[in-house]
Amino acid sequence: MSSLFNLRAVSVQYGSGKSRVQALVNCNLQINAGENLALIGSNGSGKSTLLRTLHGLLAPSSGQLEIDAKARQAMLFQRPYMLRASVLHNVAFGLWLRGTPWSQAKVDAMNALARVGLLDVAARNAKALSGGQQQRVALARAWACKPQVLLLDEPTASLDPSAKREVERLMAEFAGAGMTLIFSSHNLGQVKRLASRVVYLEHGVLVADLPTHDFFNGPLPAAAEHFLKGELG
Amino acid sequence: MNTFSSSVATAFSLITSFDPLLGSIVLRSLAVSALACLLACSAGLVLGAWLGVSRFRGRGVVLALLNTALALPSVVVGLMVYLLLSRSGPLGFLGWLFSFKAMVLAQAVLVLPVVMALVRQTIEDADRSHGEQLQSMGAGRFLRSLILLWDERYSLLTVLIAAFGRAISEVGAVMIVGGNIEGFTRVMTTSIALETSKGDLPLALALGMVLLGVVLLLNVLMALVKRWREMLDDAAPTPAIQGAPL
Repeated sequence: MSSLFNLRAVSVQYGSGKSRVQALVNCNLQINAGENLALIGSNGSGKSTLLRTLHGLLAPSSGQLEIDAKARQAMLFQRPYMLRASVLHNVAFGLWLRGTPWSQAKVDAMNALARVGLLDVAARNAKALSGGQQQRVALARAWACKPQVLLLDEPTASLDPSAKREVERLMAEFAGAGMTLIFSSHNLGQVKRLASRVVYLEHGVLVADLPTHDFFNGPLPAAAEHFLKGELG
Repeated sequence: MNTFSSSVATAFSLITSFDPLLGSIVLRSLAVSALACLLACSAGLVLGAWLGVSRFRGRGVVLALLNTALALPSVVVGLMVYLLLSRSGPLGFLGWLFSFKAMVLAQAVLVLPVVMALVRQTIEDADRSHGEQLQSMGAGRFLRSLILLWDERYSLLTVLIAAFGRAISEVGAVMIVGGNIEGFTRVMTTSIALETSKGDLPLALALGMVLLGVVLLLNVLMALVKRWREMLDDAAPTPAIQGAPL
């Protein structure tokens, strides 16, 4: 398996002086193609920071980050941004921004919408869709770009159960098609269902990095054990 | 009938009879302010949007200056433009002083900071919420500013209306650079000042009523835009996202 990301002692900090916040501390991590990696940890543990760093939205303040430049990436956010435009145009717009001519982008966008089952709402105002549908539009927008790596920042947090199931089903489909998924989640059931490997973070420190089965069944560092008990309890 | 009530009655008759002098002054005022807003908005929308997404050393100073310019008295703007356009000034060769163009320029300068500051704030807020996602899709800083400008178009309509309101109601700048020449550079506000000082209250009152009417119309337009935006937002419920900002 080829390595997509290689982090060596990567730290990320926000602000400076007294307001400085160390969001990620000396993080060592290698992520290979085909893995489905779940990032878990309590709020403020550094999950989103790590995802943003992998996606190139944040630069490490120290350490070394190697990214396979050939691997196309897309990222999905907890609250997807919808332009004041139709669903079709929202998806096509993402493609156009990456250099696809507009006429071709619309054709590809229709295919992507068919993939996520939203062809019937293609002409509707994207802002008028439900949260679950908006997240599926965002998935279509990401999928249309044919990424090898899909990063998802709590993609189903605060969605209702049926929307959650639908988004999760699509994530599983994408993973099945060979896409590498790296996602953060508070939903341990979802982590069990989708991830092949789990990384546990606490206060910006990578505490545990284990295959999913080992994470949920094997011995864990005390902090991760404590978190797991709290979440499962 | 006392002076006030007779003046009001005469003012009404001037308006209802479409008095040619009154009409020409009103049309000139509208033309000057509309052109000034067009100029100020052409530059102000792009500059304000760019300022909203850009980060550079000294940005805080630029923002402080911009916010100061919001409170710039119109007579000071008039004086600055006067100095620029006067025969010995750097733009004296244009020969614009005491002309329609000079008034447009002065009002554009007056309104530009208003447009820039309000657009900057709107775009900065939008960028804070959505900029990262646009960046993730491959939009660079400048493209991001243009996309957000387009996406916030309904909010920005209010900015444009507010800018026009500021332009049409100012008196100092156009008085200084226009000279209040009858038939050429006399606009509503300068006419009101002149006619009041001459004691011709009916014309001053009629112009005042029209000016108030224009400002009222602008306020109605702003309210309609606000309502329109609310309707669009109402059409966008997100029941599955709890607590998501609309």
